[in-house]
Amino acid sequence: MKKFLLNRDFILFVIICIGLISVGFANPLFITPSSISDVLTDTSILIILALSQMIVILIRAIDLSVASNLALSGMLISLLSTVHPELPVYYFIALSCIIGTILGVLNGVSIAILKVPFIVTTLGTMSIYRGLIYFVSDGKQVYSSEFSENFLALIHFKFLSLSFLFWIAVAVFIIIYILLNHTRFGRNLYSLGGNPDAAKYIGINENKYIILAYSISGLFAGLCGYLWVARYSVASTQIAIGFELTVISACVVGGISVMGGVGTVLGCLLGALLIGLIRNALPAVDISQFWQLAISGAIILLAIIINTKTEQRKEKTVMVQE
Amino acid sequence: MSIIPDKPPFKLLDILYKKEFILLIVLISILIINSNLTPYFLDLYNLIDSTFLFSEKAIIALTMTFVIIARHIDLSVASIIAVSSCVLGYTTSLGYDTWIVLLLTLFSGALCGAFNGAIITKFAISSIIVTIGTMSLFRGLTYSFLEDSYYNKFPKLVTNLGSGYLFGYIPYAFLTFILLAFVFAFILHKTSVGKKIYSIGNNPDAAQYTGIAVDRYTFVLFTLNGLFSAIAAIFLSGRLSSVRPNIAFGWELEIITMVVLGGVYIYGGSGSILGVVISIFILGMLSFGLGLLNIPGVGIIIFTGLLLILSIGFPSFVRTLRRKNE
Repeated sequence: MKKFLLNRDFILFVIICIGLISVGFANPLFITPSSISDVLTDTSILIILALSQMIVILIRAIDLSVASNLALSGMLISLLSTVHPELPVYYFIALSCIIGTILGVLNGVSIAILKVPFIVTTLGTMSIYRGLIYFVSDGKQVYSSEFSENFLALIHFKFLSLSFLFWIAVAVFIIIYILLNHTRFGRNLYSLGGNPDAAKYIGINENKYIILAYSISGLFAGLCGYLWVARYSVASTQIAIGFELTVISACVVGGISVMGGVGTVLGCLLGALLIGLIRNALPAVDISQFWQLAISGAIILLAIIINTKTEQRKEKTVMVQE
Repeated sequence: MSIIPDKPPFKLLDILYKKEFILLIVLISILIINSNLTPYFLDLYNLIDSTFLFSEKAIIALTMTFVIIARHIDLSVASIIAVSSCVLGYTTSLGYDTWIVLLLTLFSGALCGAFNGAIITKFAISSIIVTIGTMSLFRGLTYSFLEDSYYNKFPKLVTNLGSGYLFGYIPYAFLTFILLAFVFAFILHKTSVGKKIYSIGNNPDAAQYTGIAVDRYTFVLFTLNGLFSAIAAIFLSGRLSSVRPNIAFGWELEIITMVVLGGVYIYGGSGSILGVVISIFILGMLSFGLGLLNIPGVGIIIFTGLLLILSIGFPSFVRTLRRKNE
């Protein structure tokens, strides 16, 4: 019981509840069902990206290019929808996922085959992908009126008064939960992150997993490309700039260790929910939007310090027991 | 008994295999191609003015070289520029003396750098993740302070420094960069401090055991990186004569590209100031030439990204191929 109460995920859950209640006291409108459903819709993209980023962080890497990947695949399908408005929405979603996956594979190949360190690769592709948006769009925006009805058809769909976006996030959560906890792929990812050398000795092909992890990250970035563009009904060169930092902070807050191999899918989800709650609660308690960036920076630092402290303490106790 | 010499004997052929030599050839070919493509390239005044495009970044690239050789990385430099230029604008608006304004600006940069250094060394956290955090923290602080306003009044001295010339020819920013490059080359290649930084980068644990205060070096390097970002901030604010919170956005990438393209190994332990200086000129002349050819800034961004990945990827790919053949 005590172990359960001290569980990281449980503590995060309690923090989220306390946060929700205290914002509710300051502004009762915030905790009405419709408002909470809005917050969930708003956080869905963050949840999806945080879960896929988690896969990359598990193997001791980071994908900084997700936001640019999202923006590029979103822009490409938006341009297609202006030329071919008659295409069905599934076509756009599939295409967006495929584009995202290709961009992710490029990252993976550069890291695994060309041996370019992940930080250099993803910093590089972050600006390459962002730059390509200008090229394909000539720097122009695609406005809401230019999207076809087909393109926006799914986004207003609601089930149990929760939005399409939220249900997609739920589906992604279930997929990644099963992938990481109940498949060989997931176990191998954890062992690669925990101890790459040992993992290689037992025959895990590191390069294959790096490429796979980055393609999954790319796939979901592509999916979010469609979701983002459809939700905000605008595609421009500027969408989701800097969002990769929010995604990483969600992972770090969720207890995914940047040293690799440590972290749960549930924790990652809760981390994303907490960040989403904070982002949405700031306007509700009259804190200017301009503080958002500083606050997410401070949260990354705080969470990472707490994570490292607890990890170091764990190592010490293990040594004492021996 | 065979004698192992301190230095391998000098051979002319060895120069050909040096990274710096390859970089120099790249630089010369860029100069030749550029001057053939457009007649405006080889104009002395144009060339002098083109240094404005990269001098500020180049100043930070010098300390970044030290940071990367010591097996760290600092992604927060551009955000520190934002903080420092914000301090510069704010203290000017309060009506302080120019010297106090400059001192406070430099202090703010060093403080930000020291904050990075303190967290990295105190909690033993990797510098990538710490500076990802401070990158948004510092930038966020300037956003929350400035909101959507801006500063456009700076001391006369700052405006002069940013856009003026010594003897009417040499821009101050460029002059500062060249002088500092000599100082840093001396420190890195001729003093024991430089040797220690290399050994920290090669093997931090071993360096610790040989009695090098690794944490203290790391702390000082990050503080220095912050201080130099503040120096760059002074030149940049003087040149632009307006400071918004999004100033120098994305510069961390360009600065790291300068260093890595210059042959500094991203995991620490090797690299030279000469290589970095040549790569700064390569990138500077490249973007200047592309600009003269009316290729938009975005093209340069994509090119920089590609260059960054290929400059590391190509040599290591060749190495793997060669190993497979053996």
